[in-house]
Parts: sequence; structure tokens; C-alpha cells
Amino acid sequence: MTQPEYTTIRVDVAGRIAQITLNRPDSLNALNAPMRRELLAALKAAGRDDEVRCVVITGEGRGFCSGADLRGGAGERDFRRALTDEYNPLVRAIRDLPKPVIAAVNGVAAGAGVSLALACDLVYAADSARLIQAFVRIGLVPDSGSTRVLVRALGRHRAAQLIFSGDPLSAADALAAGLINGVVPADELAATVRAAATRLAEAPTRAIALAKRSINHAEDASLPDSLAMEAALQELAGRTDDHAEGVAAFAEKRDPRFVGH
Amino acid sequence: MTADEPLVIVERHPARHVALVRFNRPKQLNALNGQVMDELCSALEALDRDDEVRCMVVTGNERAFAAGADIGEMATATPIDMLQGNRIAQWDRVRRISKPVIAAVNGWCLGGGCELAMALDLIVAGEGARFGQPEINLGVIPGAGGTQRLVRAIGKSRAMEMVLTGEPIGAGEALRLGLVSRVVPDELVVGDALALAATIATKSPIALRLAKESVNAAFELSLTDGLAHERRLFYLLFASEDQKEGMAAFLEKRDPDFKGR
Repeated sequence: MTQPEYTTIRVDVAGRIAQITLNRPDSLNALNAPMRRELLAALKAAGRDDEVRCVVITGEGRGFCSGADLRGGAGERDFRRALTDEYNPLVRAIRDLPKPVIAAVNGVAAGAGVSLALACDLVYAADSARLIQAFVRIGLVPDSGSTRVLVRALGRHRAAQLIFSGDPLSAADALAAGLINGVVPADELAATVRAAATRLAEAPTRAIALAKRSINHAEDASLPDSLAMEAALQELAGRTDDHAEGVAAFAEKRDPRFVGH
Repeated sequence: MTADEPLVIVERHPARHVALVRFNRPKQLNALNGQVMDELCSALEALDRDDEVRCMVVTGNERAFAAGADIGEMATATPIDMLQGNRIAQWDRVRRISKPVIAAVNGWCLGGGCELAMALDLIVAGEGARFGQPEINLGVIPGAGGTQRLVRAIGKSRAMEMVLTGEPIGAGEALRLGLVSRVVPDELVVGDALALAATIATKSPIALRLAKESVNAAFELSLTDGLAHERRLFYLLFASEDQKEGMAAFLEKRDPDFKGR
């Protein structure tokens, strides 16, 4: 599949993994309008591409993503429109993407950059990375889903502390707080994420996509509704080739070879 | 699609006493032109007369239940063209179906599609279903019950917003508002609707018919008249063999075998 010409991101598809690299290192990968458009297009393309079974999002250079581009023009100041039409769809696209999405937080993540990382299913960070709820520093409120994900992951009071202060959260503290999945030395991050992505790219992708739907649903659901959704999704998972392969491999005491559907 | 391919396909499930009616106009997102409506009505009427069928499901495809009417058919119409087209007669035919009919909705359910779904007895929706009355965007208003049934289904303020803005709502909101009775994963909509139909089909066909009539009377009658109407139908059922069978089976702690007599 030919890749569209991106100017603010790079997309590398190899070994059933699509790596999307935010590529404006001079601004620590600030999300300007072209990047928001291209990132959304790249996420949707990765979702459609049957050859892709895992998606990785990372940043070029020292930073992961510094959030909104404060140097942008007047369009950047129409917050409500920009969030509704451009930022929020990014968060939805990651959550709706029927494949695992991993954030490789290679450096500082600030503002909407934190939201972007935490929208991903799994988050690995370099030990040098910091998550900064930078909004309050410029008199704004958390956006792009930060409020919800922080309240749920940290609890109300620790979330309020981070949001009200704007103080950076170290990668180690983020891990201890249960906000991310792993911290490794900066020079090992790429290899660590590659290993995790490779494993997921060989996993039963359809089952993982259905499990992701169940997780998305469970975040808002009552127990009876979540139980009903699990049962419905299990019916779908039970029809996949990968389920049959998994059962056969178990019976034959061999490793399964999942095809992703 | 060839010119003489049917626009509506009927699939019978005789063992379960249910039938599936599927729109077959995928290129037009199952837009409801006069011919589609005619075939739908004819199919439902034939099933209504068929003693082997006790409940029907109407569905579209994964992209659309039905996305409105044929705008091309109407763009240059005069009021007299619209009057003489006599589309209202077709919608009245839908209303006269006496057996329960379930709408199984995936994807777009807009304009005439939404009006049709509301004209049927209940709606099972996929998570990705979108309901709307976008006629206002074309300089007209819903013309097949959209303003009347929507307000009865979800209340005035929300109905006004949908009709005045033309903006669609998602399945989750449709469930909250009571427009649909359940939301399931998209892939399970038709199967779950058929299973629900099969459950309904185990009941007495006579009781089903009068139950449907009585519920629908709630939209037409005052409470006093509605209660009186309901009571008469209730008494009438004591003339049926199915009432004797149902109550005998209950007392004998066995499943009833309803004959529709």
C-alpha cells in the first residue's frame, strides 16, 4: 500500500507494525493543524490496512509531543472548534482503532501530548520522559480527554493536584501511579516497544480489537451491561479463525499461528 | 446489480417462525424510493398472511439501514407530483401490518429510513448506528411521520433539536432517549434481532397481534379510552384456545404450545 505524502509525521510499516512518528522535532512535535490532519489520516489508514496488526506512536527528537502549537495562527485560538473537529477525533480514532496502539513516550509530553499518549492502549516511556499537565501554566483547562483519563487512573485528588499545579510527572512516578505500563532507559525504549509491538502483531488481532471494545465499553458501563457486552463480543471472537487455531494449537501442544482474524 | 434484481430480499426461517426482510439497494444506501417501499409493503403483507411466520425483522446492510428517500426522484417535483405519487398510501400499508416487526439497524438510519424504523414496532441498533431527520438541510421537513413519531418517542425538546438541525444521533444516545430498545455490537444486530423475533414468535400469535394493536392505540387514544380499549382486547383473548393453552401450561409447569387459534 502506498503511503500518502506526509510532511509533519512519518509512517513506517514493517513486520505488520505501523509506526507513526511525530516529526516536528524543532517544536518538540507540537500538534499544529497539518499534523493533526495527517495523524488522523495515518491512524485511519492503519485501521483499514489488514497488513497492520499493531500501531506505535512516538516522537522524533527529544520530545514525544508538546501539545498544541502555541505559535499557531488565529485558527489555533478557536479552541472549541479545534478541539471538537481536530483533537477529539484523534482521541476517538485511537480508541476506536480495532488494533492495539502503543505510545512510545521518548521524551517530554505536555498538554494534548499527554492526552495523545494516554489515549493509547499501552504506554511505555523513557526514564527521561515527563508528563506535564501544562494547561494551567497558560490559563487553560485539560483537554483532549486528559481530565477523564487522569481522574480514572489516578483518582480525583491526585488528578486535581497534577492538573491544578501543572507540575511535571516523572516517568517513574507515572508508572508508580498506574498511569503507564513501563519505564526503560531512553536508549532501550525503541527496542522495548518493538518487542511489545512484535508480540502484539502476532497476537489474535480480531480478539484484541474485540477486547478493546469491551474495555472501552466497560469504562462507562454497569456490571450487567458489561457482562452482556462481554457475552456478545465473545460470540464474535468465538467465530474467528484465530480462536479455532488457538484451540487446535492448545490440543496439539504447539504454539498457535494467529492470522489476525 | 441488474435492473430486475429485487430491491427487497425475503429470507424465511420456518423452524423459528420468523422472516428477515432485507433492503437490497446498497449503492444508494438503501434509499427508500417508491419501488423499494412498494416491494417492502408487498413482502410484509405476504408475511403477515403467512401462518408459518409470527414475527418479522427488517434490515438494511452494514453501512445503512436506509438513508432517506431518493432525492433525485424528488428534486424537481411539484406538490401535485408528490400528492399523486401517493407515497402516503405505502406508509399506511406499513402501519396495517398486524404481526410484530423489528427494525434491525446498522449504519445510517436517516430521513425516511428513520421514519420507517420508527413506524415498525421496535428497534435493535448496532453500536455504529446513526439516526437522524436531515430533511431540514434540503429545505423541507420529514414527510412520513418523522415529526410525529420522533416527538412521541423521545420528547419535544430533543425531537425539535434533531428536526431543526438535521444532526444525527448515535446509538448510545438513541438508547438513552428510548428511541431504540437495545444496542449490540454491529456484527450481531441481525442475529440478535432474529433471536428476539424468535422469542416473540414463541408467544400466541393472537395475543401478539392484540398486544401490538393495544400498544399502538396508546398513541391515538386518551388514557380513559385506551384503558377501555385494552380491557376489551384483554377480554376478547379469553375466547382463544391459546389463552386456555397458555394458562394450562402455566399451571402444569410446562411450555405452552400456541396454535394461533
